[in-house]
Amino acid sequence: MFGTLTGLPGSLFDDLGRLQRELDEAFGRWPYSAELRSPGVGSWPPVNVGATPGRVDVYLFAPGLDPNELEISIQQNLLTIAGQRRIDRGDEAGWYRAERFSGEFRRALTLPEDVDPDNVEASYRDGILHVTVQRRESAQPRRITVR
Amino acid sequence: MNTEVKTRTPDAAARRETPSLRPAVDIVEDAEGVTLIADMPGVDKERLHVRVDANTLQIEGEAQVDLPEGAEALYADVRTTRFSRGFTLSNELEPDKIDAQLRNGVLTLRIPKHPEQRPRKIEVRTA
Repeated sequence: MFGTLTGLPGSLFDDLGRLQRELDEAFGRWPYSAELRSPGVGSWPPVNVGATPGRVDVYLFAPGLDPNELEISIQQNLLTIAGQRRIDRGDEAGWYRAERFSGEFRRALTLPEDVDPDNVEASYRDGILHVTVQRRESAQPRRITVR
Repeated sequence: MNTEVKTRTPDAAARRETPSLRPAVDIVEDAEGVTLIADMPGVDKERLHVRVDANTLQIEGEAQVDLPEGAEALYADVRTTRFSRGFTLSNELEPDKIDAQLRNGVLTLRIPKHPEQRPRKIEVRTA
């Protein structure tokens, strides 16, 4: 009777395995990070980091922030972003869902070593905080000719 | 912002193919209606779609992330730019009077209740 959850052929563990994979896909377990300062999976706000030879781009998906309350600092290649989002949920009854994060957050990101801490810019638009950090010249790939 | 009052969209099946994230929501009800607040970072008015029919509410959005050419991902918590979430609405709500605001990636929807169907206080008679 309880052979499957969905009525489709397959064992209970197939369904749980599929659910696990779908959750991993949605929340991005890759890359596994054992870095000391990395937050646990699923912490808020989610972060993406991209790089080109010339610069590193950091994105924080953090809607509803006051950009003036953000503290962004960089020490060599350690970028720290701290802030808070306080949601006043009051005492009124009638809250059916309270899924949105409320509280303080801090992300400390170790960027590639060639970033230039004197060359950092940040902008906040539509709820995404975009921090760009230029990379030092010597990081640009140099062509090596064969004599 | 695109607000459409219509029945089920024909390309709903196609949209289900693209992976999407369910945005986190806060839902609170008071005597006059329901307020729904959704986190949709990177979504602006042009990329937001709020669809209602008599009984369902669907919120969808495409996040726009400024990526430089040829960028390589070093770390990614967010793997898709599509947000999608649906809700069933009960009959006392008036979906055609929905009010929507989008600011800094936060969508705030206000769905009023039919005036005749606002809660009435029931007096308890004692014998």
